Amino acid sequence: MLLAGRAWKYGDNVNTDILFPGKYTYTVTERSEIARHALEDLDPTFVTDVQQGDVVVGGRNFGCGSSREQAVTCLLYNGVSAVVAASFSRIFYRNALNNGLLAIACPQAVAAIVAGESIAIDTEQQTIRCAAGEYPFPPLSASVMGIVEAGGLVAYVKRKLALP
Amino acid sequence: MAAQTFAQKALARAAGLEQVEVGQVVDARPDVVLSHDNTAAIRRIWRQFAQPKVVIPERIAITLDHAVPAPTTQHAQNHAEIRAFVAEQGIQHFFEVGRGICHQVLSEEAIVLPGQLILGADSHTTHFGWLGALGAGIGRSEVATLWATGELWLRVPESMQIVLEGTLPVGVTAKDFALRVIGDLGADGGLYQSVEFHGSGVAALSLESRMVLPNMMAEFGAKNAWVAPDDRTAAYLAEGLTRRFRRQGQDPRAALAALASALSSALLPDAEAVYSAVYRYQAADLEPYVACPHSVDKVVPLSAVAGTRVHQAFLGTCTNGRLEDLAAAAAVLRGRRVAPGVRLLVIPASSAVLQAALEEGYIQEFVAAGAVIGVPGCGPCMGNHMGIPAPGETTISSANRNFRGRMGTADAEIYLSNPAVVAASAVAGRITDPQTLGA
Ligand code: SF4
Repeated sequence: MLLAGRAWKYGDNVNTDILFPGKYTYTVTERSEIARHALEDLDPTFVTDVQQGDVVVGGRNFGCGSSREQAVTCLLYNGVSAVVAASFSRIFYRNALNNGLLAIACPQAVAAIVAGESIAIDTEQQTIRCAAGEYPFPPLSASVMGIVEAGGLVAYVKRKLALP
Repeated sequence: MAAQTFAQKALARAAGLEQVEVGQVVDARPDVVLSHDNTAAIRRIWRQFAQPKVVIPERIAITLDHAVPAPTTQHAQNHAEIRAFVAEQGIQHFFEVGRGICHQVLSEEAIVLPGQLILGADSHTTHFGWLGALGAGIGRSEVATLWATGELWLRVPESMQIVLEGTLPVGVTAKDFALRVIGDLGADGGLYQSVEFHGSGVAALSLESRMVLPNMMAEFGAKNAWVAPDDRTAAYLAEGLTRRFRRQGQDPRAALAALASALSSALLPDAEAVYSAVYRYQAADLEPYVACPHSVDKVVPLSAVAGTRVHQAFLGTCTNGRLEDLAAAAAVLRGRRVAPGVRLLVIPASSAVLQAALEEGYIQEFVAAGAVIGVPGCGPCMGNHMGIPAPGETTISSANRNFRGRMGTADAEIYLSNPAVVAASAVAGRITDPQTLGA
């Protein structure tokens, strides 16, 4: 799979409250509504300017904080194709893979990527390309890759339960 | 067999394996699956599996605690959907509005036993490490998956040790220790790790103080945390089990036998187990600390921010809303009043804590001092309702998290401290060391 998009670059510790504020978590359930609140306390231009296929780039401990899955789905619903970070908070990382959002830990690429530039991710070759060069990232474990390939955990479980 | 950490032993047990390696991905079967006000959303995901019944009703625990009592029609609708699910699935471990915060209530009810695995749709499920269990937070799709299949993939984490030796000085609490560790090592200092607490300083802590440590480790990036269960842990759990079974009109003997067997086969880490890091602290070197906005690792000694104006002081949450926390605050407030222009919110972590605080007279003292008492639950911790600060205001809180916008207002500041500092700051209207508070 080849993904390409512009990089929205943020710093370390991008937490779940700035990805998707907790005050909306029990009442905002519509897809378009969830999308509308993404990153609203950090970068109000994100939801107005983001384009299909764009990539969110973050520093260390991306997605730290709550277990809320909307921190992932609010990005997916805005067309984000992948998140590249120096490291991920573990629940965000699980939620991303379990929702079919590619989450790639690659500190070298993060250091090299310039905000706003176009980057390309090759999931087969496991590389990230930006103006400064090409950076390899480690493969996912086979069992977890099975979930991503199925299109996420729900699809994976449906298959396991032999549902249509 | 190679020496094993606690996390290795607990995940081997949960996966039905003899032994597991660090980094191995296993299919684990948790003993308890926790969710709260997010249960209705999980049910909507689970519906996609077209099952009439969940496969593990007896292992599901649900509390209503995050926005209680319902502040809006939408929240009320959310709670109503959860009650319908509980009735339809025959879920026994269900706790209504007002009973308290999930981690506190499940602890009081002794639903999780030492060595067991609890997975929860709440990041602070690390909490259950206080009783020697493996608690980890997961997402909503994962809880739906567990309801449908009873198992979930987990990676066996590396483990690190944090050792505390000695006795904490007067005025220094487990919260201060946790803040110091996070301040020293960063909000990702324990990323993906199982954090084991060791040392005489940890063994000496009260049970309520021990609960603070694994709870705070969610802010350290940890997968889970662990404290060794001892005789006091056993007695606490035995009391909780006995209470629960008697209330349900059942004989507690079988449950007590299960507890005894869980304790006798306690999953203690092997002395020779391999750790990614070991950090040692001397209790005598610690002092009260404060985490500054907007990150839990912006930790400074209390003295460095003393004098900062506060508009709201919040005493509560799963971190510091228990009886000893209320006792520490009551001791500060006795004979004093909350400063003009400051609101002090006190929210006991559970109905049991509220009842005990009433019996001890703490609640009366809080009211006399001018505090506001809230319904047991999360209160303003995550900005859902009640106690939301105005833009430009500053809150000092006994909670665990101070991200921008956490309490519902992006343009507001949150400082985190221990309960006595919250109370002293409410009295002075400024961040204040209780020891320096004038008569
Ligand atoms: S008190 Fe706060 S941290 Fe604890 S469970 Fe409730 S919202 Fe989460």
